[in-house]
Amino acid sequence: MKTLTRENRDTDRAQTEQFIAPSASVIEAGDGYTLELEMPGVTKAGLDISVENNELTIIGRRSLPKIEGTLIHHESRPENFRRTFELDPSIDGDKISAKIEQGLMTLTLPKAEHVKPRKITVS
Amino acid sequence: MSLIRYQTPELTPWSASDRWSALRDDLNSFFELPFWSSFPRAGQLFTGWSPALDLYQSTDNIVAVIELPGMRREDIEISLHDGTLTISGERKHESINGDKAERTERYVGTFRRSIALPTRVDANKVSATYRDGILTVTLPKAEEVKPKQIQVS
Repeated sequence: MKTLTRENRDTDRAQTEQFIAPSASVIEAGDGYTLELEMPGVTKAGLDISVENNELTIIGRRSLPKIEGTLIHHESRPENFRRTFELDPSIDGDKISAKIEQGLMTLTLPKAEHVKPRKITVS
Repeated sequence: MSLIRYQTPELTPWSASDRWSALRDDLNSFFELPFWSSFPRAGQLFTGWSPALDLYQSTDNIVAVIELPGMRREDIEISLHDGTLTISGERKHESINGDKAERTERYVGTFRRSIALPTRVDANKVSATYRDGILTVTLPKAEEVKPKQIQVS
């Protein structure tokens, strides 16, 4: 079994800041992967994406609108978002791109050129 | 071949948690609402998509804040009926030709949230904004429920 992207769990990390894991989707296309993360309230400025030792870390800090009044019904979580993934070596870490639109972050993870399927033309 | 080896995230997905703390409010509102209005909530148990909703009250307004990441404005519906605010909508499955979702935690399909408002509001002055995946509905209180200063002449 080939594991291309594995989620890493933080087991022994002593964190002062509490995070919640955003819901995610991974879509595979021929030449790479698309990773979608739901982070309502996060803007471009609140995003922190890093790749270190083949580990992709996404942190999304919310800039929530200030609402005047008393909270009378509460379901939302105040924590910021954080999730890490282990990248397969086939992914070109330098070519990862990201965008965020209406709280949905889309990361494009292209495969490195040398692992892409290619056609060889018979001459 | 699997894209991701599934491991239960140590941190629970945000949308599903904290629902129990809201149960008390739900039970309270259950008795305030007509019987039929509890059905949309029952439906959510099956669809699994129940976006988090916060409600604020100030002197002049009731404000509902709902987390709806990745929606299109035209797919969100807001209605007000008999003192109950209902927010519903549909997230369509966006499939790029030939792509294959290997693993998903995101909900696709319809959702519906209803909440009984604590006071009467002016239905004609309700406004809503959708920004950064958060829907904010501002419902100005009806004039008759606003506190008033009466001048002694």
